[in-house]
Amino acid sequence: MIPSDYVAVVLLILGGIFFFSGTVGLLRFPDVYTRLHALTKADNVGLGLIVLGLVVQAESWFVVGKLLLIWLLVLFAGASASHLIAKRALHRGIRMWK
Amino acid sequence: MEVITWLEWAFDAVLSVGLLWLAWRALASPDLFKAIVLFVSFGLLMALAWVRLDAPDIALAEAAIGAGLTGALLLAALARLRAIAFKDTSVPPPQFSKPQFLHWLLIFFLLWLGAGLGYAIWVLPPYSTGLSVAVAAHLDASGVSNPVTAVLLNFRAYDTMLEMIVLLMALLGIWSLGGFPPHTDMPTGSVLDTFSRLLVPVFILVAAYLLWIGADAPGGAFQAGSVLGAAGVLLLLSGWRPRVSLTQWPLKLALAAGSSAFVIMGLLTILYEGQLLAYPAAQAGMLILFLESLATISIGATLAALFLGRSSDHEENQ
Amino acid sequence: MQMFYFSLAFFLLLNLCVGMWRVLRGPTVADRMLAAQLFGTTVVAILLLLAQTSDNPALRDVALVFALLAAVTAVAFVRRIWPEKRGFERDPE
Repeated sequence: MIPSDYVAVVLLILGGIFFFSGTVGLLRFPDVYTRLHALTKADNVGLGLIVLGLVVQAESWFVVGKLLLIWLLVLFAGASASHLIAKRALHRGIRMWK
Repeated sequence: MEVITWLEWAFDAVLSVGLLWLAWRALASPDLFKAIVLFVSFGLLMALAWVRLDAPDIALAEAAIGAGLTGALLLAALARLRAIAFKDTSVPPPQFSKPQFLHWLLIFFLLWLGAGLGYAIWVLPPYSTGLSVAVAAHLDASGVSNPVTAVLLNFRAYDTMLEMIVLLMALLGIWSLGGFPPHTDMPTGSVLDTFSRLLVPVFILVAAYLLWIGADAPGGAFQAGSVLGAAGVLLLLSGWRPRVSLTQWPLKLALAAGSSAFVIMGLLTILYEGQLLAYPAAQAGMLILFLESLATISIGATLAALFLGRSSDHEENQ
Repeated sequence: MQMFYFSLAFFLLLNLCVGMWRVLRGPTVADRMLAAQLFGTTVVAILLLLAQTSDNPALRDVALVFALLAAVTAVAFVRRIWPEKRGFERDPE
């Protein structure tokens, strides 16, 4: 293993942890809003860390660009979709947990 | 090496059990919304299964159609269904009385079908090259270097031609049923507005990329067309409506462009080469790109028009 | 290294399967939709990892398409199933 491999492994494991906590949050949190919170962490940070881990290993700049583009798209989609769902949930009068 | 094969086995096992379970839950769920979400998740896992089966072309198509269109179409259909049910609560849903023997007949036929399929899979040779050798031998003459595109648009281009026509027929069928009624939309709000405005150009770029790369890697007209169609669906969902003048002949032209290009090309090749859709080898690459571009536009327009529903002159007649 | 990528992909797949419980359980329609949203992202991550293990760059295109289309279903949900008027809300659980 070369040094960049270690960096990649650390980033990827961190990403995996974020995905794991996102899933735990999705299962354990008490209402829609808190579950949204858990979910977006997995979306944004989890995928971000995994993308960074793969960027370190990428063989060309083209691949780096594509990986970052994928991450940006998921960030953008996740943020907008979560906002829309949360706003609509508020309008519908879904109660907050506390 | 030992551990990685074990891991691959475990991955595939979890994937197949997950797929079967999701399919069962989606079919068995009485709550239609839950069934749709399960079906969308099934599509995600199915794309992974195609990847594991080493068929990235199909995974790409599954991603484009499953993530972009089926989910949205099913949800819109469900909304329509609920609107109808909500409107006429006085009319009880029709009750069909099914005779008992029909169940047994159905079970018998399913078992028979299952046994037949099982036998067909059982007698397959464990390893077979199929037609891949023949495809590889003629790949040079096809004008593209991706074998899947070569088959779809050169060796068996008539399949694609017929598929284009089927797609057009499906749209005509939906339009003749009246399609979706004009949906009264609430205002979109700035987030959805910005979202669709920023994203639609990216959709178009990615569609062009998929179309272009289809010549030598997974991609091509169907995937690109689906992405383009998803862009149209997103626009329609965010409240955009095409101008009436656009839904007249420009839309019809876009819908018919792919099929007519195939038909004209077919006639020309019969005239000059003596065979349906047999391109001259020197121009094959260019002709395929030309046909695929028109097909992409038509597929995108057709899929988005499914969502547009009722054609505008239909509305005028009412 | 290949094995590490693959085990991480497997771990994410298991995560996804466990998260399926939320789709089944609900209780509101939004919860089911959210879970599907998370599955989409997870599949993108799995595809990127598999692209690295199998040296098949086409899988990144599949991930790209998933990432691009991730929000279309959610937008359809917000605009069609869950419109402003409180007409036909139905959450059986």
